[in-house]
Amino acid sequence: MTTTDLPTKTTPAAKNLQRKRVRQKVSAEDILRRGLFVLLAAWLFVFLIWPLYRSLARSMYDKAGEEFVGIANYVKYFTTASTAVSLRHSFNIALVSMVITVTLAFIFAYAITRTTIPGRPFLHAVARLPMFVPSLVQALVFIYMFGNNGIFTRATGFNIGLYGPVGIVMSEVFYAFPHALIILVAALSMADARLYEAAQSLRASSARIFFTVTLPSVRYGLMSAAFVVFTLAITDFGAPKVVGGDYDVLATDIYNKVVGQQDFAMGATISTLLLVPTMVAFVLDRIVQRRQLAQVTADITPLGPKRHSPLTQFVLLSFCVLVAVFIISTYGVVIVGAFTKYWPYDLSFTTRHFTRFYVAGAHHKGGSFIILWNSIKMATVATIAGTFIVFSSAYLIEKTRGLNWARSILYLLSITPLAVPGMVLGLSYVFLFNDPKTPFNFLYGTMGIMAISTIFHYYTVPFLTASTALKQMDPEFESIGESLEAPFYRTFFRVTVPVALPAVISIAMYFFLNALVTISALVFLFVPGKEVASLAVMLLDDAGESAQAMALSLLIFLTGLASRGIFYLLTRGVEARTQAWKQR
Amino acid sequence: MNDTEKSELEQYLRIINVTKTFGELVAVDDFSLDIQEGEFVCLLGPSGCGKTTLLRMIAGLEEQNAGDLYQAGKNISRLPPHQRDFGIVFQSYALFPNLTATQNIAYGLESRKLPRKQIADRVTELLNLVGLPDVGHKYPSQLSGGQQQRIALARALAPSPGLMLLDEPLSALDARVRVTLRLEIKHLQKRLGITTILVTHDQEEALVMADRIVVMNAGRIEQVGRPEEIYRSPATPFVADFVGVMNFLPGFTEQESDSVRCGSFKLHCAEPHNLSVGEKVSLAVRPEDVRVGAANDGDSNVVPGHIDEVEFLGSFYRLTIHLEGLEDARLVAEVSINRMRDLEIDVGKTLPVRLPPDLVRVYPSEMMGGMA
Repeated sequence: MTTTDLPTKTTPAAKNLQRKRVRQKVSAEDILRRGLFVLLAAWLFVFLIWPLYRSLARSMYDKAGEEFVGIANYVKYFTTASTAVSLRHSFNIALVSMVITVTLAFIFAYAITRTTIPGRPFLHAVARLPMFVPSLVQALVFIYMFGNNGIFTRATGFNIGLYGPVGIVMSEVFYAFPHALIILVAALSMADARLYEAAQSLRASSARIFFTVTLPSVRYGLMSAAFVVFTLAITDFGAPKVVGGDYDVLATDIYNKVVGQQDFAMGATISTLLLVPTMVAFVLDRIVQRRQLAQVTADITPLGPKRHSPLTQFVLLSFCVLVAVFIISTYGVVIVGAFTKYWPYDLSFTTRHFTRFYVAGAHHKGGSFIILWNSIKMATVATIAGTFIVFSSAYLIEKTRGLNWARSILYLLSITPLAVPGMVLGLSYVFLFNDPKTPFNFLYGTMGIMAISTIFHYYTVPFLTASTALKQMDPEFESIGESLEAPFYRTFFRVTVPVALPAVISIAMYFFLNALVTISALVFLFVPGKEVASLAVMLLDDAGESAQAMALSLLIFLTGLASRGIFYLLTRGVEARTQAWKQR
Repeated sequence: MNDTEKSELEQYLRIINVTKTFGELVAVDDFSLDIQEGEFVCLLGPSGCGKTTLLRMIAGLEEQNAGDLYQAGKNISRLPPHQRDFGIVFQSYALFPNLTATQNIAYGLESRKLPRKQIADRVTELLNLVGLPDVGHKYPSQLSGGQQQRIALARALAPSPGLMLLDEPLSALDARVRVTLRLEIKHLQKRLGITTILVTHDQEEALVMADRIVVMNAGRIEQVGRPEEIYRSPATPFVADFVGVMNFLPGFTEQESDSVRCGSFKLHCAEPHNLSVGEKVSLAVRPEDVRVGAANDGDSNVVPGHIDEVEFLGSFYRLTIHLEGLEDARLVAEVSINRMRDLEIDVGKTLPVRLPPDLVRVYPSEMMGGMA
């Protein structure tokens, strides 16, 4: 009999064994599983790592792409006064938009989660509408409202100087508002009522409670919202393209260099520069989210809405109504613009903007609907493929025993796309897939590559959704399956997928709605005749056909709303079917 | 063939020098144990002692760093879980929430591609076996915790495995359900004669259910034995303290190998301690073995005790006593309600306290280091 040590110290004998392992025999199932791992790694490599590497490499070659020049392109960017401004501009836009958006979204979120003002569900729904249109649509609308010939400008005679930073910031705030709102509503809903009861029992004033309880409990949510808005604003291409005027930002700079001047080296250089702030924001956000998870304890007593003082309630209600009216009126402008002959000179009604479609001097038969059909096809492919790939890869990564290093690497790769701006991703695809020497060249100029770029552009959020849903499942389901000699794919299809179906549906919806409105990754990838609607809005605006752009925007908006409705019914159906095994 | 070899061959499950580390932490440290066919063995220990890790290695859900496992004479060390012969039940039940009780039980039978009729018959048989013939159509969320655990048990038993692994199966249940279910599981196990390993941190559960208890601490075996052995003759202070409640009094060994000096008293123990004179030791005695009040003449080990505290615990009283000359040590004694009344025991009184020599154990004080 010996004295026993605490298990923290390693005995010499055990130390020798640490690196050893009695490895289990490789079964047929293991081979299948490992094969899937290899496929997943190949998928991430070909459509994420390799293109980004090509883009990075391209920024280190001269304009012709023949001679290695090291960091000369970067030096050139920073030393040329006319180009170096775009970096500063981007930061200005992103920071100002971040402060304004987070402030507005916080007030709005507070009002609809914590107070008893009337119409909260309606206000919440209206506030999320801007997610259903491409980011450049708000810029178009602002031109109709505040541009040199806008309604507001003509009515008041006051020109706010829309073209430039003012217009960009307005559009970014509008565009990023629902994204910040979702995060802040979640953060404010997670409050623990007991903290408030404790503060009240200690006779803290409501102002003191706000600053000592409310704000600290949502600080991670605020930080997360700030990072998201910053990233959206700094990477957005649509709004600065439409309303930016001479005010160059990084995203438009990349476009101008590549499409305008065919200067791929400088395009790659600027896109690498754009990658830096988004990577930093991404890493900071990951840290903040980890802290937030640690903060959430298992049992909280949720805090419901509470009646505030009549003045507070009135002020908050007025604010929310103002925001809602503003959002609704922008869609009003889209509708009016879409059905008006020639804004603002001939205001008579017409439907011709839906049936004609002129872009780049070519007339497409079938009008806007053909273009919309392209969008729906592309979005459907991206949704089905994306949902399948994201969910199965999250399953492989979460629910495999062993292979720890492979799982960590694949997890990291699966969450990085969030840090890659669409412009950067799209341009990197050009570098890889437009190269006749790569075996994947056949993909270039197809709907397929557009769908794949969309999947990767929006990869991270669905992946994390799937990953979270899988983590919440009992980790022993797989062990039980194995002990009952069921192959893993049987347990996957019979148990894992049915239980995670609500998450699967929300992943599909996320892919579909984003695929309808995305532009930035696609501007470099489309070929004439295969434009998707969001892209066509930009091309029409470029060609001065803003009424057609409005008509198409309206169609995108309606398609988005309709598909949202379909997904809602789908979720309801699944819930009804699964209610039997959820009720107590 | 000599006797030991023969008995080794007869063992159903052999765990030989198994070690498992997680980074710097040694979860299971050179562990060996033989289990006979039909035996019910409990792995008992505090959380983090490696008992669950050991169970998961037997199932193949963890790979050991070293060591071998034999089941029914076959080396299973390198087989993946689905090629081993066991059924497992977890604390969380892990019933598939989207499948009915019947579908859950049938899950493992379907893997074996049995005919439909045969599966249906077997499911009915198992539902009857666990005493829930009418819940087959229900989903797990519609069942109580105890019912869910019975279905989980039925699911694990359905394919007739040779070995049953139970990982804290009762810990998530109410106290009352736990008490009935632990007896049911024991009876079921005896009826089926299935070799079973149960992991638990609940000493009462282990004492009630097991044929043999393995007390584990820091990845190693502290003691293996029948429940009565473990409780009556704990081999180490750790076991004494972990299984039941134990008083420890500081002392020194005396000249005679059966006596110990505690403060100013010389106390005897029935079992000789075989230690040299003047060594620091701990004297251990269980609260229910401490006799308070009215000793007979000629009784040994009687010392005056001062009553510091009296707690009423329903069916008995718990006294906290300190012995004269041993001001720092506290002695806990359990006294029945009748005896309390007869002896008029109360706080502040000093009464004779007897520590029966045959119920007193002595541990060298360096062994105290391993206590939880």
